[in-house]
Amino acid sequence: MSTVFIAFQTNEETRPIIEAIELDNPAATVYQEPAMVKIDAPDELVIRRETIEEQMGREYDLQELQVNLITMSGHLSEDEDTFTLSWK
Amino acid sequence: MTVVSRKEYIGVPRDRVENFNGKQLIYVSWDQHLLFAASFLLCLPPETCFRDMVEQNLVALIEADPDAALVEWDKVVWLKGNEAWKPDWEASLADNGINHKAHLRFQTPGLNTVCG
Amino acid sequence: MDTPVNKKKLSLKEKYSYLTRDLAWEPSYQKKEDLFPYATYEGIKVHDWSKWEDPFRLTMDAYWKYQAEKERKFYAIIDAFAQNNGHLKLTDARYLSALKIFLQAISPGEYAAHKGFARTGREFPGVGPQVACQMQAIDEIRHAQTQIHAMSNYNKFYNGFHGFADQRDRIWYTSVPRSFFDDAMASGPFEFMIAIGFSFEYVLTNLLFVPFMSGAAYNGDMSTVTFGFSAQSDEARHMTLGLECIKFMLEQDPDNVPIVQKWIDKWFWRGFRVLGLVSTMMDYMLPKRVMSWREAWDIYGEENGNALFNDLARYGIRPPKGWGDAAEAVDHMSHQFMLALYQWNFGTAFHSWIPSDNDMDWLSKKYPNTFDKYYRPRWEHIKKLEANGTPFKNYGLAKNCQTCQLPCVFTEPGDPTTLCHRETEYKGEHYHFCSDHCRDIFQEEPEKYVQAWLPMPQLFQEPINGDLEAWMKWVSLVDGEDNGDYQGSHDQTSFEKWREMATSN
Repeated sequence: MSTVFIAFQTNEETRPIIEAIELDNPAATVYQEPAMVKIDAPDELVIRRETIEEQMGREYDLQELQVNLITMSGHLSEDEDTFTLSWK
Repeated sequence: MTVVSRKEYIGVPRDRVENFNGKQLIYVSWDQHLLFAASFLLCLPPETCFRDMVEQNLVALIEADPDAALVEWDKVVWLKGNEAWKPDWEASLADNGINHKAHLRFQTPGLNTVCG
Repeated sequence: MDTPVNKKKLSLKEKYSYLTRDLAWEPSYQKKEDLFPYATYEGIKVHDWSKWEDPFRLTMDAYWKYQAEKERKFYAIIDAFAQNNGHLKLTDARYLSALKIFLQAISPGEYAAHKGFARTGREFPGVGPQVACQMQAIDEIRHAQTQIHAMSNYNKFYNGFHGFADQRDRIWYTSVPRSFFDDAMASGPFEFMIAIGFSFEYVLTNLLFVPFMSGAAYNGDMSTVTFGFSAQSDEARHMTLGLECIKFMLEQDPDNVPIVQKWIDKWFWRGFRVLGLVSTMMDYMLPKRVMSWREAWDIYGEENGNALFNDLARYGIRPPKGWGDAAEAVDHMSHQFMLALYQWNFGTAFHSWIPSDNDMDWLSKKYPNTFDKYYRPRWEHIKKLEANGTPFKNYGLAKNCQTCQLPCVFTEPGDPTTLCHRETEYKGEHYHFCSDHCRDIFQEEPEKYVQAWLPMPQLFQEPINGDLEAWMKWVSLVDGEDNGDYQGSHDQTSFEKWREMATSN
């Protein structure tokens, strides 16, 4: 097992994103650090557009993630609906 | 291959002895005495007598170490280029075979007050 | 009026294909090898450039849109910072030393990375990496600009920020990142990608930006958090590009594997030496610390690095040769390097200080196996000299490593009481190194590294010829203002006075 992670700035925009990630990734662990939130997950982490949209109450383009992204680890695979990090 | 390049490439060293106005570089360090973070860099004429290098340059540089006053210089063990070596105290650096950028280490077994 | 046509929105893949792949063309009246003369001499074999995938599938239109948004956010905060005397919200002005090192050593590296990516984008024959490198070149110049801009607010009030460009070129402790970038830029495009895209971005920036920026937040430095996170939002893309480049090389031809391995070995170690500076910033210079250098290394070096190297093992790649020595050095490097910075602080354009009892207790808790045994006695002795009115200055200049260009302050693996001395002879000249790994890098390409401009020997050459006062002028260091101990410095007295004024009438 290897850990993948992603970190975002702590702000109003990322709050629903992090809630969405928690809903979609029950194995993930969320760490609140000064000014940032880091999310670790075993082997894989999936971010889904639909879940973010439900949490935000508006349409969302996954490329918007880049505005508040701090760092990540793992191979990335991205399309319109999902943003997946994995070590496989 | 001495460098990965598209054609032959010869580098020019930046610190050749010609660039030091008739002087040369010597590095000196005191084993197990890490109050001084790195080997000292001295820049002296090759004619400098070994004794003068020690007494006029080195002694002042190591003064801050509490062991400095206790060093018995005639019992010091020397290394040159990481190998055991014995200096001729009255001969010049050049005659001692201390060439440009040579590195000398000295050891004072039993003295290790600050670290070691 | 034209009737609006209801066209289906392009998928991300289609858009990427139109706006990236479709920009390429096959040359008709020039040979491909004449257009891309640097693509093959490093020995990397590429059979199919179309296999290069940008996982972000970022296209220029989206790039401008999101970068513009990042800039707006950045300047909103920088304006607020300036309007509200943000500098007085710092935990303590000692913190500024970390920022001064950042400005002198790291921000010029961003600019160097910009130049490097602009060139590398031109030299790669494939359109995928051309576009990605072009975006990264623009990112890097943005980072240099936003960092300089953010820190210019401190330059209005504090010493040590004004001469960073000269210091980048001339002062001794910045030659480690400078030589890192010069080495990378003097390499071919593939090696450059390993140096910057992989070693610097993937392995190092996490250690530099993430815990350190979090530390800036902890220390009330809103402007640095802002430029740090704004830059780091691009780094995620850069890391992905670096990782993609490695996978691409390894998948294109098995002959590439040993070359890539050699570069991983080299650039990991070169990067690790750059981190020497960062380790002191984290362990010693933040008045309020988030985590120790050791703890940051465990998360972002050890754990993250192992995940990556486990993954690359399927291609026959092993962890870098210096990995084990690095893991051991992590418990020593910040102490060894900070002691060095302190004893030569007449020659630093930032302040240092003897750690307080409280700081030392924190260090011994974080470094239970090393601090009390090896480093506390040295600090205690220095403290005693200070109390006796004979403060410790080391007026002996230092031996520099021919490869990493740092003073050789690091000890033998397995023996923290003995300095590591390594040397070799090439064409009748002696060359010295701080470690086995720096010596190995030299021995791979001696014709390259004999040219190293070493800051300490340089002092005895033209135009300085051993004159310390002339040297200070030459490196834009104002004696008595920019350098020396924090205790009694202008920065200390000004900060305390202004803070007092801000909280009373």
